[in-house]
Amino acid sequence: MSLINYASREVNCKLVYYGPGLGGKTTNLEYIYEKVAPASKGKMISLATETERTLFFDFLPVDLGTIRGFKTRFHLYTVPGQVYYNASRRLILRGVDGVVFVADSQLDRMEANLESMQNLYDNMAQHGLDLTRIPFVIQYNKRDLPNAAPVTQLEEAINPGWPVSNPARQQPTPNPYRPGELLISEMNGAWIERVPYFEGVASRGEGVFDTLRAVSKMVLKTLG
Amino acid sequence: MSGAASWSFREEDAARIGALLDRLLAESSARTALLVDRAGQMLATAGQAPQFDPITFATLTAADFSANDQLARLLGENEFGALFHQGEKDSLYLADVARRVILVVLFDHTTTLGLVKLRVRGIVGDLSRVFADMFAREGAGGGGGGGATGSGRAVEGGFVGEAEDEIDRLFGGPA
Repeated sequence: MSLINYASREVNCKLVYYGPGLGGKTTNLEYIYEKVAPASKGKMISLATETERTLFFDFLPVDLGTIRGFKTRFHLYTVPGQVYYNASRRLILRGVDGVVFVADSQLDRMEANLESMQNLYDNMAQHGLDLTRIPFVIQYNKRDLPNAAPVTQLEEAINPGWPVSNPARQQPTPNPYRPGELLISEMNGAWIERVPYFEGVASRGEGVFDTLRAVSKMVLKTLG
Repeated sequence: MSGAASWSFREEDAARIGALLDRLLAESSARTALLVDRAGQMLATAGQAPQFDPITFATLTAADFSANDQLARLLGENEFGALFHQGEKDSLYLADVARRVILVVLFDHTTTLGLVKLRVRGIVGDLSRVFADMFAREGAGGGGGGGATGSGRAVEGGFVGEAEDEIDRLFGGPA
């Protein structure tokens, strides 16, 4: 939940990177930390195990500067991907404004992706939040690996879309990030909505800022 | 279930809370009092300005309190209403306020844990009432702006456009 602090003139928004273990969530944050101008970033905190697996979360504050008199900041978090750290994942989702799901494109990680997506939906629901109603994007990471599944196959499995019940929104809606593709479309007589997706190779930084830019703009629009 | 919402912290909220925190510091001889929301955002500070990074501090405080909440539940407790971290020179006392905010008191050897606990207990009820009023206002849809926007929007017109431009500048060009 974004906090607009009129006393200290600050706007803070919380973004959470979610997804299966070893999918590249921390790598996304590390790349952002490396590339963002020093004046715009705070300290990156990693609560990790000795083997550098995320134990609780990684955290990186990114400062947009002062906009219309308000110091505007995004708080970026990752969650631990391993199945047995669910209590930690649920805690980090508290007060979330936008979610990036970092999927592992490798064919043999498909099950792990689906399990993590279901887990995200369930944990959001426990906070009274509906994943289909908050800013949400998917990043298909590790596109450079030889066993990466085709994006169409990943989309079908991970981003099949949800029904659009509001008649006013039942119209073909272009995907602003993918010319020629639709976010809202009619399939077999039913209207469905998918979330924007991005292809990434986070270890080289590919797709990292496209993903962050999209989700952060979606969050800002909820304030306007 | 809902989508993400925003909540606002107005200047009059800050004034009421600031007065309560100042009273707490005067009565307990503690150094600094901070209020952090459960999502990890700093709401207010009073007393001696902290020498540490307040953003990092707020994040870790929320994580600390949330993790201990889960520990309490494992033990069959509803919650640990307060936590104490003892250092050689500086110590922290943390207390829950209205299940959404954490009061953190930073103190040293010039006072005692017993006095800090006593005074915190006295002030938590007052703070809870202030936050209950704020949450009631937000729930009634009055969160937008403390009169700052006058349009029901959370931020004034033009904010989103400028923030988007800044995102493009910082994160490398239009999407």
